[in-house]
Amino acid sequence: MRRDYDISGKIDWTTVTIYLALVTFGWINVFASVYDETAHQSIFDLSLNSGRQLMFIVASGIIAIAITIIDMRFYETFAYVLYFVLLFILFLVPIIGKEVGGNKAWIGIGSFGVQPSEFAKFITALAIAKYIGSVGFRMDNLRNQAVLFILIGLPMGLILLQKDTGTALVFTIFILVFFREGMSPFLLVTGICSATIFILTLLIPNPIYLHIGIGIILIGLIIFGKKKVSRIVLLTIGALLISGVIESVDYVVKDVLKPHQQNRIKALINPDADPLGFGWNVTQSKIAIGSGGAFGKGFLKGTQTKFDFVPEQSTDFIFCTIGEEHGWMGSLIVIALFVTFLLRLVFLAERQKNRFARAYGYSVACIFFFHFAVNIGMTIGLFPVIGIPLPFFSYGGSSLWGFTILLFIFLKLDAHRGQVLQRI
Amino acid sequence: MNEGRKEIFQIVFVLVGIIFLVKLFFVQVADKRYAELADSNSILREVEYPFRGLIKDRYGKLIVYNTPEYDLDVVVNDIKGLDSSKFCQVFNLTREELRKKFKELKAHKKEYSPVKPMLFIDRLSNEDFAKVQDRLDEFPGFFIQARTTRSYTTSGLANALGYVSEISKDDLKKDEAKFYKQGDYIGQSGIEAFYEKQLRGKRGLRFKLRDVKGIEKGSYQDGKYDTLSVPGEDLISSIDLELQLYGEKLMNGKAGSIVAIEPSTGEILALVSGPSYDPNLLTGRNYSSNFKLISSDSMKPLFNRPLMAQYRPGSIFKIVQALTALQEKVITPETRIPCIRKGMPGGIMDCHGSHTNEDLRGGITNSCNPYFYNVLRRMLNQGKANDPYSDTRIGLAEWDKHINSFGFGTQLGIDLPNEKNGLVPTPAYYDRAYNNRPWKFSNIYSIAIGEGENLVVPLQMANFAATVANHGYYYTPHLIKAVGKEGLPLPQFRERHYTTIDSSYFKVAIDAMQQVVEEGTGRNAWLPDVVVCGKTGTVQMEPIATDHSVFIAFAPRDNPKIAISVYVENAGQGALAGAMIASLMIEKYLFGATRRQYVEDFILTKKYLEF
Repeated sequence: MRRDYDISGKIDWTTVTIYLALVTFGWINVFASVYDETAHQSIFDLSLNSGRQLMFIVASGIIAIAITIIDMRFYETFAYVLYFVLLFILFLVPIIGKEVGGNKAWIGIGSFGVQPSEFAKFITALAIAKYIGSVGFRMDNLRNQAVLFILIGLPMGLILLQKDTGTALVFTIFILVFFREGMSPFLLVTGICSATIFILTLLIPNPIYLHIGIGIILIGLIIFGKKKVSRIVLLTIGALLISGVIESVDYVVKDVLKPHQQNRIKALINPDADPLGFGWNVTQSKIAIGSGGAFGKGFLKGTQTKFDFVPEQSTDFIFCTIGEEHGWMGSLIVIALFVTFLLRLVFLAERQKNRFARAYGYSVACIFFFHFAVNIGMTIGLFPVIGIPLPFFSYGGSSLWGFTILLFIFLKLDAHRGQVLQRI
Repeated sequence: MNEGRKEIFQIVFVLVGIIFLVKLFFVQVADKRYAELADSNSILREVEYPFRGLIKDRYGKLIVYNTPEYDLDVVVNDIKGLDSSKFCQVFNLTREELRKKFKELKAHKKEYSPVKPMLFIDRLSNEDFAKVQDRLDEFPGFFIQARTTRSYTTSGLANALGYVSEISKDDLKKDEAKFYKQGDYIGQSGIEAFYEKQLRGKRGLRFKLRDVKGIEKGSYQDGKYDTLSVPGEDLISSIDLELQLYGEKLMNGKAGSIVAIEPSTGEILALVSGPSYDPNLLTGRNYSSNFKLISSDSMKPLFNRPLMAQYRPGSIFKIVQALTALQEKVITPETRIPCIRKGMPGGIMDCHGSHTNEDLRGGITNSCNPYFYNVLRRMLNQGKANDPYSDTRIGLAEWDKHINSFGFGTQLGIDLPNEKNGLVPTPAYYDRAYNNRPWKFSNIYSIAIGEGENLVVPLQMANFAATVANHGYYYTPHLIKAVGKEGLPLPQFRERHYTTIDSSYFKVAIDAMQQVVEEGTGRNAWLPDVVVCGKTGTVQMEPIATDHSVFIAFAPRDNPKIAISVYVENAGQGALAGAMIASLMIEKYLFGATRRQYVEDFILTKKYLEF
């Protein structure tokens, strides 16, 4: 067996440094979110979330080291095996899982629970990367595309069965990876357009305005484009099709769905439509963040968070604590760190010399991006409330380990990018 | 290929970051409203407690409603220059008491917080509130928190209604949805607990402006950030309050229960548990002291006998035996069995009354013990196996199946907590009881007449009477016939449950039950103008204590309107207290009044409680 050389020099220390900065800042904020002024608690107190989070962080360190020690070929070789084991476990979760907070997404091992869906992300990423990297794969081949969509659809469907909608939605971000690997932007554009149409139909009470809007766009395209008959016919057919879709969505939403179901969908888009449900969380979280001002109230000085008015304080809404105690400057630092981190991942992904590593790298970047964008977006009211964690910040062992594994497998692949070339 | 796609990713990532920072700049720096909202000195956050749903009886009479109540809360960090002598004078406290109050506040370390509102004095009376209200602005940091407390229009129905009190620490831990906060009230038993989700409603939050002196100046930004509380759903009970109170009057001074059910729906008309308590005692200011008193009472008034007291059913079980034996075809209605009076094994089967060789109807009418001893033997020993041990085992398993189908042996699923199972002995049960030594019919025959190991709760007895009245099916008995605006009972109460007995066999049982009342042991339950079907039971307690008196009945025979079970502890023969109370209840419900003063007088003067 070939010995792995000391790779510490090849690991991308820039990424590791940002990772450590994010994890440390996250840990401090978990403490701040549960801190009680009068109890004189220590950040290491194991009865607090912060104490437990430190244990999770130490375990993450061990996991990260283990990943860099394992032979790099392991990840590609066993990608499919891991994938099928994952499917099997996800299938079992609704049967043997224990219920936490209304959904059955946890498996208990003794007194200890893990959330398999958090590990589904890196395993699915490995599987699709392996498929994209396989010999003879062509992104413009319909069959190959279908396999990719099945690869992300299976774990997504099983996670939806656990009623964990947030985590299931993360898998849609793989479409961006396909796009980077050569898929035609048609699907991406259609997807964004149909989502926009669906949302507009919900928000605008009378669909006639939408039809008029489409008419105007159509006329504009005809007047200002090339005036070829075939193009005009195609555009007109397209516009009619879209109008048809609007009518049918309108019908489904307004006649098939019951009023309370309609409200739930509307609330997903417009939190103000349901001031007692989603709206409550968003209003409270905005108040907490807004009260931080430019420079924040100072570490452990947040009061909104102490009122317990913001729900899920140390998990999904952890960004409130940052916003309240460190103000806009704190938000700036965290967002800048995340954007730098994401750009660095893209840079690393681009310097890979084989498709497997590059596709995996993009998967990593896209997954982190999705979590970052959706989590902070919902906290500040730009996005519907979807319960997914902010990577490295939200309290919780499974999610921290899931993200650590996701990242460090990529760093390991990156460290060996030269060898990959030799192997081929 | 794929030129420029890398750049798209980079642009999107940076763009999202910039959008976030711009939005955050508006929320955090440019817009001062959020900071104002968070400042508890200028803006008061006022939690608005929702009204708990009302409970009415089947005719719309109000039973449970809400009255306002005021707590004095304090935010310790907001206290400024407290003039303690003035405070003591306004709130009628001594200095010592005030000091104690503050000590108590800080004693609960885990819950204590100087920035959160903490309960300081609970449940100010209306007079106190009026007096205090105007002077509250002299004491910054203190404020009144209004909430509602439960009130009852009646002194009855306590055990079915349950009570509401502050949520316990355990319940708070179990509340994963984080709906409740410390100090919140929650239904602790009865309907209040079972329908907690429907009754509780949803809290609201208001932001109110305050000036420097802490005086309220109206709502903030026209209430744009307020969330209104949502009142809980009202419940319509199936209880006939008048009948209920009459039943409680009859049970006065007795231990036991009355359960009356409308057979065609499973709606409970009356659910009497004796002895009981006045529900008004467990509400308002004296809750704690009264609760201590009631819960330590030796007669256990908090023990809800209709569903928690597991009794031997006694001879009313003969009806179940008869139906089971008919279904298994081990007897016919014409089967005659000679009554040998005394000398049966164990003495428990000794008989009474004048009869010698009865058929099934006669056996039931005269409640003949040897008849049913023989019926059960034929049931359990059908010769399906050669040795008597295995044969009994097979027969008993078969018997269990039929008995269980009437809802005996498991919770029926009434809409109240803490319902007990009762017990229908299974082969496995006897294996345990006999330590895995063999057992056969001669060991277990006393279940033939509802003695021995059988245990039944009064609710199951009434449900059984309803099942017979319906010729073989029942709806799960329930107390709430309509929830909220939907106006329907919970879905599980709209579903028929069929027994394993053919409906054709029920006619024989009903004939016999009519005969019981007309010429048999249940003559005290006979009523003019209506055909009552019933069965007596006398549960043997001699020589330790007086026997329990049991009666089940339904009326009218055709198109029954009410099915009932009466269980009176230590009241002797079922033919007396049991049959009389049952008939009075039926009469009251069907005719609105009772016409036999002597029966009522007899019951009202009897007291069977042994102190």
